[in-house]
Amino acid sequence: MKRVEGLSKLTGRELYVDDLPVDGFLWGATVRSPAARGRIRGIRFDDSVDWSEFTVVDHRDIPGTNAIFLIEEDQPVLAHGRVRHLHEPVLLLAHPRREELRRAVEAVHVDVDAEPPVLDFRLTPDRERIQYGDDNVLKRLRIEKGEVERALAQAPHVIEGVYETGAQEHVYLETQGMLAWEEDGVITIAGSMQCPYYIVEAFEHALGRTPDRIRIIQAATGGGFGGKEEFPSGIALHAALLALKAGRPVKLIYDRSEDLAVTTKRHPSRVRHRTGVDGDGKLLGQDIEVVLDGGAYVTLSPVVLSRSIIHAAGPYACDHVRIDGRAMFTNSPPFGAFRGFGAPQSLFACERHMDRIAAELGIDPVEIRKINLIRDGDSTATGQVIADGADRVQVLDRALDLADYYERRTAHAGFNAAEPTRRRGIGLATFFHGAGFTGSGELFLDSEVHVAGLPDGRIEVRTANVEMGQGTLTVFTSLVCDRLGVPAEAVTIAPADTSLVPNSGPTVASRTVMVVGGLLEKASDDLRTRTGLPADADGRAIREAIREWHRSHPGEPLIGKAKYEQPEHIHWDDETYRGDAYGAYAWGAYVADVEVDLRTFAVSVRDFVAVQEVGRVLHETLARGQIQGGVVQALGWALLEECKWRDGAMENAQLTNYVIPTAGDVPPIRVEFLESPYPHGARGAKGIGELPFDGVAPAVANAVAGATGTDPASVPLTPETVMDLILRQRPPAGSLT
Amino acid sequence: MTVFLPRDLDEALELRDRHPGATAVAGGTDLCVLWPERVAARRDEWLDLSGVAELRGHEWTDGALILGAGTTYWDVIRDRRAGEELPLLVEAARQVGAVQIQTRGTWGGNIVNASPAADGVPVLMAYDAVLELRSRSETVELPLADFYLGYKEMRLAPDQLLTRIHVPRRTYDLQWFEKVGSRSAQAITKVGVAVTRRDGEWRVVANSVAPTVRRCRSLESLLAEGLPVSGPADLMGALESDVTPIDDIRSTAEYRLEVLARLLYWRLRDVCPSIT
Repeated sequence: MKRVEGLSKLTGRELYVDDLPVDGFLWGATVRSPAARGRIRGIRFDDSVDWSEFTVVDHRDIPGTNAIFLIEEDQPVLAHGRVRHLHEPVLLLAHPRREELRRAVEAVHVDVDAEPPVLDFRLTPDRERIQYGDDNVLKRLRIEKGEVERALAQAPHVIEGVYETGAQEHVYLETQGMLAWEEDGVITIAGSMQCPYYIVEAFEHALGRTPDRIRIIQAATGGGFGGKEEFPSGIALHAALLALKAGRPVKLIYDRSEDLAVTTKRHPSRVRHRTGVDGDGKLLGQDIEVVLDGGAYVTLSPVVLSRSIIHAAGPYACDHVRIDGRAMFTNSPPFGAFRGFGAPQSLFACERHMDRIAAELGIDPVEIRKINLIRDGDSTATGQVIADGADRVQVLDRALDLADYYERRTAHAGFNAAEPTRRRGIGLATFFHGAGFTGSGELFLDSEVHVAGLPDGRIEVRTANVEMGQGTLTVFTSLVCDRLGVPAEAVTIAPADTSLVPNSGPTVASRTVMVVGGLLEKASDDLRTRTGLPADADGRAIREAIREWHRSHPGEPLIGKAKYEQPEHIHWDDETYRGDAYGAYAWGAYVADVEVDLRTFAVSVRDFVAVQEVGRVLHETLARGQIQGGVVQALGWALLEECKWRDGAMENAQLTNYVIPTAGDVPPIRVEFLESPYPHGARGAKGIGELPFDGVAPAVANAVAGATGTDPASVPLTPETVMDLILRQRPPAGSLT
Repeated sequence: MTVFLPRDLDEALELRDRHPGATAVAGGTDLCVLWPERVAARRDEWLDLSGVAELRGHEWTDGALILGAGTTYWDVIRDRRAGEELPLLVEAARQVGAVQIQTRGTWGGNIVNASPAADGVPVLMAYDAVLELRSRSETVELPLADFYLGYKEMRLAPDQLLTRIHVPRRTYDLQWFEKVGSRSAQAITKVGVAVTRRDGEWRVVANSVAPTVRRCRSLESLLAEGLPVSGPADLMGALESDVTPIDDIRSTAEYRLEVLARLLYWRLRDVCPSIT
């Protein structure tokens, strides 16, 4: 099937928020905190600016609660009285001309009496730095299975390690942007987003309005990766507050520097492992501590932490596991949703640690994984029994085979002995990713989708799930076409506009195809049933029946509906963190072949093999694109992308100094899928959007370890870090503190 | 904001003389780097040299390649003779940004922008390039190696324009350029080096390791004298007197020095009997 919106993107006709035609609008801009923490003493406006030309909004203009509604309501829409991070929004300005607006932003001075900030999430804060609860812990979670202390006490070997990962910026091609206007008493937003209904909820609370006076429209969105999950609620509120006060449309678009400096990033992490093993490498006990940097407000950190700890023990069977998780308050702009959502951090630690265990015991990194990989009938750390028919050892074997793993390992030994300035290594990672919301999350979302039959016989798909480059429109079209036996031309997808579509939940968590796609199949069935046709009716008959229905029901809508129902096999206890954390897991085995230049300490990835079991592949090209794109993005995290911090915020907020991979930095990425259909996913599919991010950094770091004989414990492995490893031969374990 | 648009060199020199505070622009690529800071909005006067035909293009004379200050990297990349006779110019040009930058960015602009990370400057300096600086009253010549005084400071009077760059045509028995950026392409140089050798006379020029692109004269004499070197560490003493790298947003002083020594050692080991 052709990509639905492919031609309009290819020809530049797609309208992103900055392209939307609108008359008589004002530009919006944000005045931000100059300090990481403190009390706002006052706000001064320079006399050099004629302020009567400007719309000025502060916290007093917020009609509802001054909070961005999410898990907690601690993050203000606009700071009032105090600021908790550098660049925190304090005041909003709007003006017809952008240049004058820019000058005006600089003519507003927010005077702050600075207080001591928390800038390192790893340190225990002293009393004067406590700003959340009595210990700055935003969220604490624990998973317990068996008796880990006893298992470790009895284990022949206990191996420890501490691992760290850095922040990462999404670098979606299109920066954050919103257009707001009021029309017939309805505040309306068009903008770049993943979750239109999150914004509806945020507006209900902060604007004190009922949903019928709120309309949120997703404009064409140039990439999200999680960066447009929770963050857009704030910028949409800012645009709306300005538009309401000015009585004119307001466009608020971040340029790249502002976007890099102020928006969410991947949570930095520090993970400690203490693992009991027998002489063969069989896991006897896993004691794991996961600490995430949450930033200055709670936002989504509790659920990122949740996914992080659930994945922390890896795709392995172990009877005794304890995982402690903490998300810490710091005076940084909040860290947020990003492809993988906490799992890449804890899986990096897990997979690096598996290689360390193998090295210390002198066993093969392949064998230690094969011994421990979950077989059907084994259970995960939360006690979820896996019985999905997937063969995880086969996934690994296929990856080794495709990568010529053993041949290359032998060849590299010869190469390294002969070459003075180059070292090659091959590394692997086995991993998993749970699709959809964690635990009972999908139940709470209560997603609904509609498949409407139109009077002319066309079929319209109505969901709030968005296209942001990943192919939603195409896969949704193909699912409905297949289910009803109609051609692609007969199916249109309604815009993700909350005045037109039901709340089918956010476009996150690798849930779109598996969960929402599955609902579309049911809604398609419901549509057919409503036309009075049996399940075996063909597409031609269905389209004719739709037209006929409308002839006999003039003016009435014909809508097939489906609501989420939790599959019966899922049982989760949120209190004890026991049970079925996810309806389904995708499984992966990745192999990276690297070369390290001993002159420049640069790591280049020569070859990459990505094998995964994903249920069913619905669209080969799009699925491959998701895997390759995820691998490239994760290569950036593993090797290049490093946020430099000043006062808790990103200092290198330019793409000249925050470097992401170019085509020249990307190896051949050889993708292969194994398929074992998931009965509750659309046509057997499990989620794949985030999976590829998880396995890349550990495979690369393990390859670098092999190439250089060092023991990397953190990413990104920039050349400066690799130099440090090689020159100082850092001893393994706990030394990072 | 005022933008002056001279049509020929005389007019450009006259404007330069009358408006010493105006910022000269040719390809404009360095301005784009400063776009987020809106530097353009803060400066009142601009001297746009892109319409001055005399500054464009390059020619081969018996003794030199003469680059107009407005010659683009792309002009040199496309000249086959440049690739054969002065290959480092082409190698460096190909590593400046992407093709879009290479077709707009100019050699003269690279020199007077005076970035310590300039990619065009080390190879020109290693080839003993001489600058032609003109004002309304006179034309003077100055070796590029003597042009820089400090960070963004150079021997360029307010009424002068850099008009041409003379690159002597000589044969070298060693010429080598290497750029280390933060990724494989489109990166700002973290450490770079250009080396030539001719009749036992060395030029070693490094960038991003000092406030200016820097000739490493101590290292040049170490090489010329054939002092024994048996590892990168043996180059450190000379390099430490030649360069003064710093920690900044892109890298560290330690990395820059270590990598410079390693690049030099491993490349020169093959060609210098004194380096083993």
